[in-house]
Amino acid sequence: MPLILIGANHKTAPLELRESLSFGPEEQAEALQSLLEPPGLDEALILSTCNRTEVLAHGADPHVCVQRVRSLMVGRSPQLERELEEHIYVLMDSQAVRHLFSVASSMDSMVVGEPQILGQVKEAYRLAVQNGTAGPMLNRLLHHAFRVSKRVRTETDIGRGAVSVAYAAVEMARSIFRSLMDKTVLLVGAGEMVELAAKHLKERGVQRILVSNRTLSRAEALAAQLGGQAVPLESLSSQLYRADMVLSCTGSQMPIIGLEHVKSALRTRKNRPMFFIDIAVPRDVDPRVGNLNNVFLYDLDDLQKVVENHKGARQEELKKATAILEEETKRFSSWLNTLEAEPTIRALARWADQVRQGELERSIQKLKGLSEKERETLEAMSKAIVSKLLHRPISRIREQSGKEGSAGYLEVARELFGLNGETK
Amino acid sequence: MILVSWKICLVAYALSAGLLFWHIKGKGSPARVWYRVIVIVGFAAQTSVILWGVWSALRLPITNLSGALHFLSWCTVGAYLLAAWRYGVASVGVVALPLAAVMWALGGPPRLPASVSPLVDSHWLTVHGLLSFAGEASLAIAFGAGLLYLLQERRIRSRCSVESLGRLPSLEILDEVNYRCLSVGFLLLTAGIITGAIWASEVWGSYWSWQAKETWGLITWLVYAGLLHQRLNAGWRGKRAATMAVLGFLLVLFTFAGAGLMGSGPHRFDKFQG
Repeated sequence: MPLILIGANHKTAPLELRESLSFGPEEQAEALQSLLEPPGLDEALILSTCNRTEVLAHGADPHVCVQRVRSLMVGRSPQLERELEEHIYVLMDSQAVRHLFSVASSMDSMVVGEPQILGQVKEAYRLAVQNGTAGPMLNRLLHHAFRVSKRVRTETDIGRGAVSVAYAAVEMARSIFRSLMDKTVLLVGAGEMVELAAKHLKERGVQRILVSNRTLSRAEALAAQLGGQAVPLESLSSQLYRADMVLSCTGSQMPIIGLEHVKSALRTRKNRPMFFIDIAVPRDVDPRVGNLNNVFLYDLDDLQKVVENHKGARQEELKKATAILEEETKRFSSWLNTLEAEPTIRALARWADQVRQGELERSIQKLKGLSEKERETLEAMSKAIVSKLLHRPISRIREQSGKEGSAGYLEVARELFGLNGETK
Repeated sequence: MILVSWKICLVAYALSAGLLFWHIKGKGSPARVWYRVIVIVGFAAQTSVILWGVWSALRLPITNLSGALHFLSWCTVGAYLLAAWRYGVASVGVVALPLAAVMWALGGPPRLPASVSPLVDSHWLTVHGLLSFAGEASLAIAFGAGLLYLLQERRIRSRCSVESLGRLPSLEILDEVNYRCLSVGFLLLTAGIITGAIWASEVWGSYWSWQAKETWGLITWLVYAGLLHQRLNAGWRGKRAATMAVLGFLLVLFTFAGAGLMGSGPHRFDKFQG
């Protein structure tokens, strides 16, 4: 009863590849249908967010599953066919379960502990249910995943602010500004780091967001998404005074915010404090800006420094969360393994019944002239013997298969009863 | 009974200042409720001592150095409680409470002031005294907010952990408290000087006589006027404004104590007593 998970996330694949692999809701429905149409796969689910695309599939034959999903992905980005191999991960059974649990409880997120991912997993499940591609296996697995996520959230402090650029930036901003509600944030660059940080800022109550980017259309898209306003990069220096907080991450080789820009912005804003967060490498903001009065400049290293202490406490929380994941994975896997034993058990029962019927026929032929009643008694007796004989091995198999490392046990059982070649 | 109140107040302020200091240093977080209870108990005890002084002398008990210190201490804590309640800057107490405690202790156990010369025993004493002392208390809070601003700014610039940054109010709020207290303090101080001049003209027929306290008070007033002007027009904020508020208050302290003990005239505390 193999369960497989194939995917690419922010840790394994660059942005372009993730972009080409991502599915919109309609595409997702289509892809789900195309996965299940040819026989071989029983259930499937697609999770597609800006940081990951993962396909969860369940079918009788793992090779068929992997092949089917892989070709779906290659179909999304044919030019990346060769590269794809090094950027995707293929996980089986308990590994797939553990991974799904860790995704759903936000342990695999770029910003560990961020809350949106659970909603995204739920949405993916809803789509699978809607398209009829979620069956008993996925129903059980996904509901278990939701429970795990809830457990992690309530039993650990993982969700209490994530170790991330966005988190550190907001915490820092709170020691400078009274409230973020009435502040204007200027985003320079519209890459994923900026986007993610911006979403976090918005969640924490920032209302006014300006987006500046080399390609204006990208800035406009992000601004629309955040309910902000796009600013052409050329007018950045003249608009700088509007920003209380500047978050910059562009690919520029030269600093794009110079000392004079900031000085003149400060004059216009009558020295109201400005907070610059420069997470670009190489840097976007002239480091001398940090020496100005009422200006605070933090780069990536600085942000890491200010959350360092915090990290220690979080390590503890991560440990706790990991323990929960392990425990729950084990629980689900043991159920999964019981399922794994089912074909063997059925084969065993089928084989025993064939033997019984064969022997019964032969005996009846030998004992000619039996009454109806006598035949029935004979048949009942044979059934009773078989079921009594099988009861012990079958319950032993069920029992053992729930445990870790039971694959060998099943193998032995098959070998012992000569079932290999019969189950498939 | 009054002596007991005096002692309770001293202990309560010392204790709560210690708790706050401990908290800001990052050595643990005492329960807020306890901190509040201790400060309130201290303030209640202090108020009872002040009321006793007013009741028994039937005027503001500020005609000797002890009474003046006590009254300024009470005004400072009052201003602190207002600021803490209005702006949520309880941490300013780490400056305001020790300041109040030291003044309270220097004032010594409460005793009744001797009778004063009928010349100065007028309602102007109440008006001039209240305005000046309230102004000075307000400037004391500006001083506290300024000191905390400088501390918090240093923490931010030296990349302290967010955890320790969270133990102080934000720069913006400290700057705002600094500004508000400065404005209010300056207005009260101005009104105090004006009422003092009117009072002087009633008693001696001249508004101004260049006593030490008057002169230093004027210098202090000019410094604060300059600071406020720069704040409003030149956009002085943050570190520079905070530094100036701290220096300005040192001048206030000097004017209050130093000039009150030297020189001559009615502001010399021992001269009040006739």
